Amino acid sequence: MINSKHNDNQIADLYKQNSRKVLATLVRLLGDFDLAEEAMHEAFTSALELWQPDNLPDNPTSWLISTGRHKAIDIIRRRRRFQALAPELIKLTEALADYNQAISQKEIEDDQLRLIFTCCHPAIDPKVQIPLILREVCGLTTEEIASAFLTSTSTMAQRIVRGKNKIRDAKIPYVIPTIHELPQRLDSVLSVIYLVFNEGYSASAGDSVIRNELTYEAIRLNRLLLTLINDAEVMGLLALMLLHESRRDARIDQNGDIILLEEQNRKLWNQSLIFEGVALVQQSLNSKQFGFYTIQAAISAVHAQSSSTADTDWNQIIALYGILLNNEPSPIIELNQAVAIAMRDGPQAGLNILNKLKHSSELANYHLLHCARGELYKRAEQPEQAKNAFEQALKLAKQAPEQRLIQKKLASLKNKSN
Amino acid sequence: MQYMLLIYSDENNWTEEEGKACMLESMAIANELAEQGKWIASSPLDSVKTATSVRLRNGKRIITDGPFAETTEQLGGYFIIDVSDLDEALEIAGRLPPAKKGTVEIRPLFPLPV
Repeated sequence: MINSKHNDNQIADLYKQNSRKVLATLVRLLGDFDLAEEAMHEAFTSALELWQPDNLPDNPTSWLISTGRHKAIDIIRRRRRFQALAPELIKLTEALADYNQAISQKEIEDDQLRLIFTCCHPAIDPKVQIPLILREVCGLTTEEIASAFLTSTSTMAQRIVRGKNKIRDAKIPYVIPTIHELPQRLDSVLSVIYLVFNEGYSASAGDSVIRNELTYEAIRLNRLLLTLINDAEVMGLLALMLLHESRRDARIDQNGDIILLEEQNRKLWNQSLIFEGVALVQQSLNSKQFGFYTIQAAISAVHAQSSSTADTDWNQIIALYGILLNNEPSPIIELNQAVAIAMRDGPQAGLNILNKLKHSSELANYHLLHCARGELYKRAEQPEQAKNAFEQALKLAKQAPEQRLIQKKLASLKNKSN
Repeated sequence: MQYMLLIYSDENNWTEEEGKACMLESMAIANELAEQGKWIASSPLDSVKTATSVRLRNGKRIITDGPFAETTEQLGGYFIIDVSDLDEALEIAGRLPPAKKGTVEIRPLFPLPV
């Protein structure tokens, strides 16, 4: 097993730094996820036996890839010991044996990109893309992914197997998309990353440590993607997530209850994340290639740079929502814009829009719409209307922290009227 | 890698001219694929009104008039192609005229054991 000359941290670090790169390249060379995983594990076992703690190979990644390649040949031969090798396996083992040139940094990076795009191929069910990328690219265990998504390990394991089988059986290619496909394919990668982030960031139930892990993994994955592709929206999404993340400590109180942006203690906002996020937004806007994520990040950046709601540049926020709406009409964005308009022009201006939106079929049963109406009626000093709206919101809210927030709002109305 | 492209659309949703144009365009794609050695077979199918289904139950052959299931979109034709991977199959499927009106389903052919 594990050689005692290494300490546990060193082993864990080596594995963390190298396993995903090694796997990505082995998948390309071997054309098979399971074989690549088995070969990678055998390569690590050899490394633990052969490497001296104070004398590692110059390039551990290359060493592991090369060893993994040899291990794969052994595995193929072992599996087929009692049968003649099929012609395609003979071809594969010969190609592997011949593959002698050292692997360049660029190739290793390209392989990581290939792995990301393959896991997020649109031919794979989005429900499968997420666990697949967390397992294969981020290296989370199936148990960790299952508990983060509140499902059983066996359900998650089945999804991952389904994804790997689809890649193999339908022959989804292991390639970086061509230039004309890239924008669309990149979109689906970014939406997977954002879903992972939101799963970790949303206030729904679940083990909070593992859910924090998801936001961390989403940011890490996005950082990796940005080192591989210098694209404005890749920057935009990273900025958006960093700016959300900067408010982590301020958005929930000791009881796990939500604190709304306007009531958050802004001193708790993480300034170094804000600094990084704002710089990325600027860089993305300068490129003039930006889209949806960058504009959302820009809105978040305006909030992040304001010392209070009174001090917030609502004109700019309203204009940024306008850009989003021009691009793609969405009632949720109209709702957000209406709340910003109410901040600038007073509650009645916001209510006029929200009451129109109430009749759109998409938002009629959306608890946050009614919550926003309640808040604006309260500010307009129409407590009876506010009460009705909050009660409607309470009926529709599904998550316990949101229900508690609405109950608090209702209670504050009563206190006021007494 | 061999794939079958199963072309589904609502067969009542085509005018005669549209049908003819679709046929000509599909034939041109078939010819182009054949020149590249990627075409194995393709054909439009006659209307589902002409379909007959057969099932064997308890040794008895049951024949019914109509397709295996009544659906809003019907199988109206197919291609069998030999290309390098799913992305190439997707590219070809996306060029078939019925992709604009209906759905083209891509299925890898299951390799027979040698």
